[in-house]
Amino acid sequence: MTLNKRKTEERIFKFLMMASTVIVTGSLLVIIGTIVVKSLPALRLTMLTQTPKGGYYLGKEGGILNAIVGSLYLASGATLLAVLVSLPIVLYLNLYTKKASALATFTRFSLDVLWGIPSIVYGAFGFIVMMTLGLRASLLAGIFIVGLLELPIMARAMDEVIRLIPQALIDASYSLGATKLETALKVIVKQSLPGILTAVLIAFGRGIGDAASVIFTAGFTDSIPTSLLQPAATLPLAIFYQLGSPLLEVQQRAYASAAILTLIILAISLISRVLIKKFTRHTIR
Amino acid sequence: MDFPTHLRIQNLSVSYGDHLALKDVSLDVPDKKITVIIGPSGCGKTTLLKSLNRLLDSVDGVKIRGNIFVDDEDIYDPRVEVTHIRKKMGLLSQKPQVLPMSVFDNIAYGPKIHGTSDRKKLSRIVERELRAAGLWDEVKDRLHEPASQLSVGQQQRLCLARGLAVEPEIILGDEPTSALDPQSSRIVEQRLIELKSDYTVIVVTHILRQGRRIADYLAFLYLGELVEHGPAEEVFAHPKDPRTRAYLTGEIS
Amino acid sequence: MRHLKDLIARRAMFLLTAVPGFLVLSMLFGLLQKSRAILALKSFSGLLFGSGWHPLKGEFGFLPFLMGTLWVTLVAMVLAVPISLLTAVYLSEYAPKFIREFTKPVIDLLAGIPSVVYGVWGVLMIVPFVGKVLAPLFGVYSSGYSVLSGGIVLAIMVFPTIIHVALEVFSSVSHELRETSLSLGATKWETVKYVVLRKGLQGIIAAVVLGLSRAFGETMAVLMVVGNVAKIPKSVFDPAYPLPALIANNYGEMMSVPLYDSALMLAALVLLLVVLVFNLGARFVLMKAERRAE
Repeated sequence: MTLNKRKTEERIFKFLMMASTVIVTGSLLVIIGTIVVKSLPALRLTMLTQTPKGGYYLGKEGGILNAIVGSLYLASGATLLAVLVSLPIVLYLNLYTKKASALATFTRFSLDVLWGIPSIVYGAFGFIVMMTLGLRASLLAGIFIVGLLELPIMARAMDEVIRLIPQALIDASYSLGATKLETALKVIVKQSLPGILTAVLIAFGRGIGDAASVIFTAGFTDSIPTSLLQPAATLPLAIFYQLGSPLLEVQQRAYASAAILTLIILAISLISRVLIKKFTRHTIR
Repeated sequence: MDFPTHLRIQNLSVSYGDHLALKDVSLDVPDKKITVIIGPSGCGKTTLLKSLNRLLDSVDGVKIRGNIFVDDEDIYDPRVEVTHIRKKMGLLSQKPQVLPMSVFDNIAYGPKIHGTSDRKKLSRIVERELRAAGLWDEVKDRLHEPASQLSVGQQQRLCLARGLAVEPEIILGDEPTSALDPQSSRIVEQRLIELKSDYTVIVVTHILRQGRRIADYLAFLYLGELVEHGPAEEVFAHPKDPRTRAYLTGEIS
Repeated sequence: MRHLKDLIARRAMFLLTAVPGFLVLSMLFGLLQKSRAILALKSFSGLLFGSGWHPLKGEFGFLPFLMGTLWVTLVAMVLAVPISLLTAVYLSEYAPKFIREFTKPVIDLLAGIPSVVYGVWGVLMIVPFVGKVLAPLFGVYSSGYSVLSGGIVLAIMVFPTIIHVALEVFSSVSHELRETSLSLGATKWETVKYVVLRKGLQGIIAAVVLGLSRAFGETMAVLMVVGNVAKIPKSVFDPAYPLPALIANNYGEMMSVPLYDSALMLAALVLLLVVLVFNLGARFVLMKAERRAE
């Protein structure tokens, strides 16, 4: 090939690469833009402050407060559950087991597997567990399944940050006479706090946005749940059901709900970015 | 200058962000000799070497001032074709960098890229270069196996042969023996000495003894500054600058 | 006292560490257990390759749904793989710093957007685009709710997965190796094509497989745009009914029709197994590639 041809080939591919990058980044802007623009006719404050009037499927009045509150309850509970399970696991993996031990390898491997399992399968599994236990669709069941769904996401993200802590820092803590537990809580958790918080937020974001796992487990209702055993509405399902309505007004409400969910996700992502910036100043690099 | 040269560095300064890596370096590199650049690590040796074939271009936030002339062509002139400059200079890295392909394809890589597609011709080039590198007998039965399966010493000789297959004028060695065992190091050094009859060789090293063994011309770089340069015997025997003296006696390292 | 606390904590943590493994096994076991009812009456291959879906008559053929999933996934991958890889190459080899810094959070956000939102967007934009612009262009009729719409939405959803893994793979290719190729007079593109892509080949395959398995199991977004007609699609403009959508759509009825729940749980099991195999394969390849890089 002559130099000119080689250069032309490079130019063509560079153009394709830039075009691809524009497509990828552009799709985010187009998605958010479309949702926001389409939601404007229905986006009113009452969407945030009222529960649906006349049923979520046909009602044109009221809001989606039931779904917002339901989603917040559900995602908060699930995230709490996931933290309580995944933080000890990650600490145990990094502090008590050797890197190549069978338990550590098997657990990390299981987390990888769980991470790849689609949320609809979590939903189906939750359904089986509920049937076995004789539970009905409820906030509790939803929290349980979404918590499990968040577990691998959170644990893997935490593991990635905690693995980076220099061994010297851990050794220094031991040599001051600290037990493993004290080292875990006072050195490791403190040192990797921004990373841990980011992991928590990422998992929360996934939890609040997932629909396939809650269809079976959390159910849906027009009212705000007052106990863990009542079914709970969630934002993603509210969007899904509203969109399925034959009424144009209700469909528009789906767009507005989607805009609200998107804003929540954007806010979470923004907060985690700010957190990282703020905290990383205080940690040892 | 009292020696022929076709590689001239004039007032070269290189900075990465705020860090000034090379300060106003000027050096004429003698033709068909081995020029050894010595200095403690972090003194800018590698930066100097990589500025010669414009590998620094791709580094984020790098600023290059000054001129480098190869055959009276300023290589930092925007009109200059960078692949052309690089083809003129064969680079031998610290660790052998075999390309992820067979032994044969490693050697043929350069010629293929520069337009040789005839299989027979490529075979001839590969055999010629491997023979010249003294590798032919060792690898002739493994030409189509991945080059990564060769020993580290063989890999480095392969890399040198690969560099020569594009018919460069200048050979740049960036501490080329630092990853090798003593015996492979000797083979590579020997090869560099043989090559100076046809090529201009520049080797960066922090091993003083290596400098003594192979250098015809010596340049001492310290904290980005070209402290002293001259014929190797002269500099080794009578360093003029106190810093060079300190380095040669092992006071700074 | 401190040491007692340490001991208790240690035991508790050990127990929790068993959770992930236990969870994987109990999902497999639970779904298998529930599928048994239908597997006892019908052969597995008959279920997988049967094309009749009439739950009320006790006929459960998964073929239309498997084909629906395959079609949608295939279209998504055909679109996503080149675009994602080109983007990853651009970001890792060509893009100036400010573009990289702008793009990273955008891709993270793209990964964070909930799948229903993708679905809503698909309904608003992609479905009409396919139905009113693309289909007439090819001289066919389509409602827009089609394999192609599902594929396009899904492609965008897997961009971040493929790009992330590919970027990691590219960054594991050493700078020196690139310099080696460049110093032989290769252009940047030649270096990418012959060295970076080849060195990272296994990792790239893993990236694609991970994207594939994500696409395979994605439910809500696809369900909303793909039309959900239980027939094997004949073209990309036809509607399809992927396996995950089948499960999600029918939980209401499944309790009242005999064997229906068992059939759906079998569908979930198939989904789980396929995704499991994909993921394991990808992890295995990545691990091998990492070991080779060292």
